[in-house]
Amino acid sequence: MADFETPPLGEYPVIPAVREGAMAHSKPFTAKPDHQKPLGFPGELMPDWEKVAVTKLGELVSQSRALQVFLDACVKCGACTDKCHYYLGTADPKNMPVARQDLLRSVYRRYYTFAGKHFPKLVGARDMTKDVLDDWYGYFHQCSECRRCAVFCPYGIDTAEITMAARDVMDAVGLGQKYSNEIIAKVHKIGNNLGLPGPALRNTLDGLEEDVKEATGVDVRFPLDEKGAEVLLVTPSADFFAEPHIDGLIGYAKVFHAAGISWTLSSHASEAANFSLFIGNHDNLQKVAERIREAALELGVKRIVVGECGHAWRVAYSFWNTLIGPFDFLDPRYPAPQHICEVTWDLIRRGALTLDKSANADKVVTFHDSCNVSRGSRMGDQPGGQFTMPRDIIRACVERFVDMAPESIGEATFCCGGGGGLLTDDLVELRVKGALPRMQALQQVVDEHGVNYLAAICAICKSQFTKVLPYYKHPMDMIGSVHGLVSNAIVLGVKP
Amino acid sequence: MSALTLIYALLFYVAAAALVAGVGWRCWVYARTPQPLKIPIPPAPTTRGGVVLRMFLEVTLFRALFRSNKWIWLFGWTFHAALLLVLLRHLRYFTEPVWGWVNLMQPFGVYAGFAMLAGLAGLWARRFLVDRVRYISSPSDHLMLALLVAIAASGLAMKYVAHTDIVALKAFFLGLMVFDWRALPADPALLVHLVLVAALMIVFPVSKLLHAPGVFFSPSLNQVDDAREQRHVAGWSTRIVRVERARGG
Repeated sequence: MADFETPPLGEYPVIPAVREGAMAHSKPFTAKPDHQKPLGFPGELMPDWEKVAVTKLGELVSQSRALQVFLDACVKCGACTDKCHYYLGTADPKNMPVARQDLLRSVYRRYYTFAGKHFPKLVGARDMTKDVLDDWYGYFHQCSECRRCAVFCPYGIDTAEITMAARDVMDAVGLGQKYSNEIIAKVHKIGNNLGLPGPALRNTLDGLEEDVKEATGVDVRFPLDEKGAEVLLVTPSADFFAEPHIDGLIGYAKVFHAAGISWTLSSHASEAANFSLFIGNHDNLQKVAERIREAALELGVKRIVVGECGHAWRVAYSFWNTLIGPFDFLDPRYPAPQHICEVTWDLIRRGALTLDKSANADKVVTFHDSCNVSRGSRMGDQPGGQFTMPRDIIRACVERFVDMAPESIGEATFCCGGGGGLLTDDLVELRVKGALPRMQALQQVVDEHGVNYLAAICAICKSQFTKVLPYYKHPMDMIGSVHGLVSNAIVLGVKP
Repeated sequence: MSALTLIYALLFYVAAAALVAGVGWRCWVYARTPQPLKIPIPPAPTTRGGVVLRMFLEVTLFRALFRSNKWIWLFGWTFHAALLLVLLRHLRYFTEPVWGWVNLMQPFGVYAGFAMLAGLAGLWARRFLVDRVRYISSPSDHLMLALLVAIAASGLAMKYVAHTDIVALKAFFLGLMVFDWRALPADPALLVHLVLVAALMIVFPVSKLLHAPGVFFSPSLNQVDDAREQRHVAGWSTRIVRVERARGG
């Protein structure tokens, strides 16, 4: 891996001048046949891949109105060119959303449009060659599918859809990305991203029960596979062992305990993450999601609640009803599925939880809106609930909260730099550079307000920041779970 | 009838047919293609009425673009608004008697011709001056701007430099619409103007000008944010086979 320099933080955010090829070397490890086969993909690049890729691309476009419109409608106005965190952090022009789209659009034009078939040079159409494929592999793995560009596009062109299509085409010809595909294979085989089997999970949860008992003197349960529980909690498997994720899991357990809601995890569906979203493959997307329906039916639960995980919440909120619905077997009085923040905020609002802010008195907190929660989902019944609800919870748990610059939060939030299947060590340079806009906004509130805690509701964000914060001279434990704050503040064993 | 009249008459029949059939075909493709998943982009309305309002604001005020980049918005909105006025002004060549409001807006239509040029100049300048936009511009992007600039300039030339026989021109177009061909004035500025307009009509359905109908079909803009309340299925998502359904229920 090449050495690289962490980009310097200036006094103000700057739009860098174009530096062609600045990230041409950035490519993740490719998937081996063992990672490809369980997902239904060819093990390695097939001999007649050009033809297969072009055919697959045509199929995908004919099955998606989004692709059909997005590939036609771009006028190259340039509105998106300074919106991608990877462009801002790397200055590589192929990380400008429109240029990234054009990697695929140029091929689509060549084979499927009048102008591209007859006047390729004029409209920038290209044959599907090995060079083009290499460009695809490099730069479609420099997009975290965060959808920030789509917010600013006058036609709503969503580069995430195009990246997903490109990755699906590459998988179809046998060129997969190791990180995502290996993980999806584990989910198919064992049920979670980590490959953590049921007994090991039970062991971990027993340990957590002991820890919480020791710290609070209260018997807070972490149930697994308990039939007849009211709530099935589906959470990213990082919550079972990684810091600071685990504090969030403890927080959920304390909330359920304090509210007297019976709940359970499932060893069959011990993972909220669905990396099939990242690779744009709907067969795998559906198959991974289906485990959750199966678990809910088998355990006979009345509600499904999703833990702090960004893309999982996008899949759950936006796609589950389509993929594994209808949820006519669940209690209709609750949204299906429900986000843990919706559960917690509802309880706080009704006065059902006792919270002691002084437990977080040492913290000045800011909140990082995760891209998939912000731009791929909602919470509550009002538009923008996904922005207000986590903040309302934090404010109820801490004494001091400040927001980062408005252009870096809410629906304009910057990705952490590690989303969309890029949270792997072979892409560390990209991750560090892609975090630049978030780090810039963070630095400002650190300098002006003494912020020392960055709260998030996404497992990927938490892992990514743990890794990149030190590159920007912040302690790695500055990042924490929103429900970690709840866990600190919640007072157990009292009736409010 | 002169050969010139014949050529232009045929040209406009071909151009009109290409425009209507081509755009109609693309719209049919967009409408026919399913959108299997919900992908609205925020600020996403939770009702159909909200989506109508959102789309209205997008296509009249270019709201997302305004938020995105003030310069592109200024030039782009100026150009489009001016183009609309200019097109409405041109209705007087196709209607007899001319509608009252078309008469009233004639002077504004003329100013709009200049505003249109100014907007185009701004957009074109960005393609040279801003390195990011220069990088993404292909020859067709420059050609499209050149075409629009030439149309606006040749139109203004007829107003301010070399007048054409506007009465004869109107007779030509009124006749064209009822297949009663009248002589076309052979003024160079007019002939250039008309050829370029016909070219624009012909390339419309095979170029990025498809953004005009396309925006209405964009799922990220036209979908309602109600995934949990309304089960959405289309295309492959209607064909999901659930083998385990009976298992727990």
